[in-house]
Amino acid sequence: MVADTSTHTTKPSIGDYLRNNIREYGLLVALVIIMLFFQFVTSGVLFRPVNLTNLVLQNSFIVIMALGMLLIIVAGHIDLSVGSIVAFIGAISAIMLVKWGLPAFVVVPACLVVGGILGAAQGYWVAYQKIPSFIVTLAGMLVFRGLTYVVLGGRPIGPFPKEFQILSTGFVPDFLYFLSPSPEVIKNMVALVAVLALVGYAIYAGLRDRRLNDQHGTDNEPFIFFAVQMAVIGVVALFIGFQLATYRGLPNVLIVMGVLIALYTFVTTRSTIGRRIYAMGGNEKAAKLSGINTERLTFYAFVNMGVLAALAGMIITARLNSATPKAGVGFELDVIAACFIGGASASGGVGKITGAVIGAFIMGVMNNGMSIMGIGIDYQQLIKGLVLLAAVFFDVYNKNKGKG
Amino acid sequence: MDNIILEMRSITKTFPGVKALDNVSFKVREGEIHALVGENGAGKSTLMKVLSGVYPAGTYEGEIHYDGKARQFRTISDSEELGIIIIHQELALVPLLSIAENIFLGNEIANNGVIHWPQTFARTQELLKKVGLNESPATLITDIGVGKQQLVEIAKALSKKVRLLILDEPTASLNESDSDALLKLLMEFRKQGMTSIIISHKLNEIRKVADQITILRDGGTVETLDCHKEDISEDRIIKGMVGRAMEDRYPPREPNIGDVLLEVKNWNVFHQHHRDRQFLHDVNFNVRAGEVVGIAGLMGAGRTETAMSLFGRSWGHKITGEVTMRGQPVDVSTIPRAIKAGLAYVTEDRKQLGLVLINNIKDNTTLANLSAVASSGVIDERKERKVAADYRSKLRIRSHSIYQETVNLSGGNQQKVVLSKWLFTSPEVLILDEPTRGIDIGAKYEIYTIINQLAAEGKGILMISSEMPELLGTCDRIYVMNEGRIVAELSKEEASQESIMRAIMRSGEKH
Repeated sequence: MVADTSTHTTKPSIGDYLRNNIREYGLLVALVIIMLFFQFVTSGVLFRPVNLTNLVLQNSFIVIMALGMLLIIVAGHIDLSVGSIVAFIGAISAIMLVKWGLPAFVVVPACLVVGGILGAAQGYWVAYQKIPSFIVTLAGMLVFRGLTYVVLGGRPIGPFPKEFQILSTGFVPDFLYFLSPSPEVIKNMVALVAVLALVGYAIYAGLRDRRLNDQHGTDNEPFIFFAVQMAVIGVVALFIGFQLATYRGLPNVLIVMGVLIALYTFVTTRSTIGRRIYAMGGNEKAAKLSGINTERLTFYAFVNMGVLAALAGMIITARLNSATPKAGVGFELDVIAACFIGGASASGGVGKITGAVIGAFIMGVMNNGMSIMGIGIDYQQLIKGLVLLAAVFFDVYNKNKGKG
Repeated sequence: MDNIILEMRSITKTFPGVKALDNVSFKVREGEIHALVGENGAGKSTLMKVLSGVYPAGTYEGEIHYDGKARQFRTISDSEELGIIIIHQELALVPLLSIAENIFLGNEIANNGVIHWPQTFARTQELLKKVGLNESPATLITDIGVGKQQLVEIAKALSKKVRLLILDEPTASLNESDSDALLKLLMEFRKQGMTSIIISHKLNEIRKVADQITILRDGGTVETLDCHKEDISEDRIIKGMVGRAMEDRYPPREPNIGDVLLEVKNWNVFHQHHRDRQFLHDVNFNVRAGEVVGIAGLMGAGRTETAMSLFGRSWGHKITGEVTMRGQPVDVSTIPRAIKAGLAYVTEDRKQLGLVLINNIKDNTTLANLSAVASSGVIDERKERKVAADYRSKLRIRSHSIYQETVNLSGGNQQKVVLSKWLFTSPEVLILDEPTRGIDIGAKYEIYTIINQLAAEGKGILMISSEMPELLGTCDRIYVMNEGRIVAELSKEEASQESIMRAIMRSGEKH
């Protein structure tokens, strides 16, 4: 209540800037360090083309669900049922594909709709009946898991037709193969060109935003940070692109994931819906009194989560080529952990898509790296738990330090 | 002659970038009521936090002498041990525990961790008697009003063998009769030899009870006035607080009153929770263009409930009545509809209900009318920045930029952000519920100036306030409410503190 009345504006120094944004940079740095660490201890297996491809395939569904979960958490809620929704959607997609023989182009949208309905069924109780989301989705978790057993009759169903498997194991065909300078090394030119184009666009867009900010007198991050950040991201992206290009190219899932990340980043940072979700999570009563239909917003956040969980469910089922009653057990915890590692606040109103995505990758790289090292599932869980705690402690510590 | 119980010498406390206290000295005599006044941000609360050990010894410069010895308080319990008890503005009671449990929370009468209930209740009875509170020790905190909760806090302090009681804005959320009772209690304690420090914005109350008044301004001591040596007027105190004489606390205005804008007829509302209890009875009122209309009344008279039930039925149940705007019936059944009809409601509780505190000024400013800075659901950042920057300069919101989080603003500036939000919805009638609660005198003046400007632009203002001088100083017409009814309508000429109180008292006899 004292420091607030100052009217003077001072340009923040580089040190101040680093201190204020330590969370975002810290996360990125942590991911890079973790990757380098596992690259080192696995004697280079982590970054091998095959393993990188696997890494993407294994983590895509966590990333996809983290996008929806972040909205739920920012809105001030939680969804424990996503693991069970994954299993249930896997089960009904299997029934539709294998037992009923429906084509994939019918089954995929149908499953997304069912996911939306499952989300809506939970969102209704949370939004309109004001039952805490923890309880509603805990019930959902049990109900949908139970339904999965009922639908599958306790037995796995598979295998699936090829056009369904494309969803998770397919690759973008190399229609640019004729550009390849040496087809022996670079087996997929699309991957390389796409990554080059993306990095180019990111730098262009970044520079454009900085120029616009300058024109409107908005503070930019110091150029050195921008440059270093762009360089790190660029180098990592190009490296990964190159590695993927030497194997089978871009997995379809990577494209789906990339498009969804871009879409949800846009929704959370630029759209009125995103802004309202943040406001609602920050102070639901104030948001309501500002004319925001908080019930509807909550309801749709759960519908959205259901749809994304359904997509993730199909990707997993297609990848395993079999629907099993135990699919997706514990996934909700990985997804929620990804959001919290990414800086989301358990009390709502705070969190970023980029944070959740990086959080998901941190979890993913650790899963993958520890598996390569041959660390058992028991220790993997233990280490992941400690990482989650450490990340959140880092947040709290920074916040308290900021208060002085 | 007089015993000095507490002396704080040259206290300096620095936060990153700001000197919150600069060489402050403060002396309190044993057995007196010492008032500590100053605008928000003057350093009153910081000084008390230094005293109570919230800011531990070593984080500030200077010395504290208490009871004849230099002291170094490292934690709150250090100071509590010596009988220094602070009661904060936001009460620290657990709503779902009983009075007795709250009083002995952390200090239970127990044997090896097993609570001795009979003794606890007996001790509580004693304490409650001392503070004049007639409630059962088993009553839950949530079931008693704020005034009584304040008394429970004091009883809790008494249970800890208090010698120096510090009250931070004890009457800020109390109505007149509860405030009076509290002040009487303090005077009673003074007779018994207890020392109190009271921080307050209510200068009339301070004049009533204080033996000495210390004034802080911008983190420094301005002066200490002895109320027994001279008669200290409110204007004298204000002069010390703001550093200039404030001839007129209310900016002058030439009312230019037009046609009736908002008219509410036969407004009946049932209680939000006790659903069979009618809370508002046939409330009728109107607001004209360019007019500032006040609603006076005691706490619980139904003023806020009237406003909130009108604003999109955000309070109450089974709401019936007729609302017209410029003679046309309007639909105010939901908040978006009420906003569309031209209403805006600036809540009395800006932290809980007005602002998203973790969001910045810009986001809060556009929140109620986000679609005006967006096209097909996408926010136009440049437009939004411009809107926020315009309101920031127009309402003179002091902050380093529109990106400052509202949690870090002072009360007055927070209130201006809430006003910005509602002005951006271009309302015809603004309902202001306690618009100056908890904000300092300088900022109050600015809020009044904004109100005058809005009235001059032809907007209708409905102002709810518990501070009668404020209503008398700003309103063209005042309705008086009591027990869910409008019991009087007074013109500017008829209105006075006496006529308002008389209307309330008389209506009390009738029902």
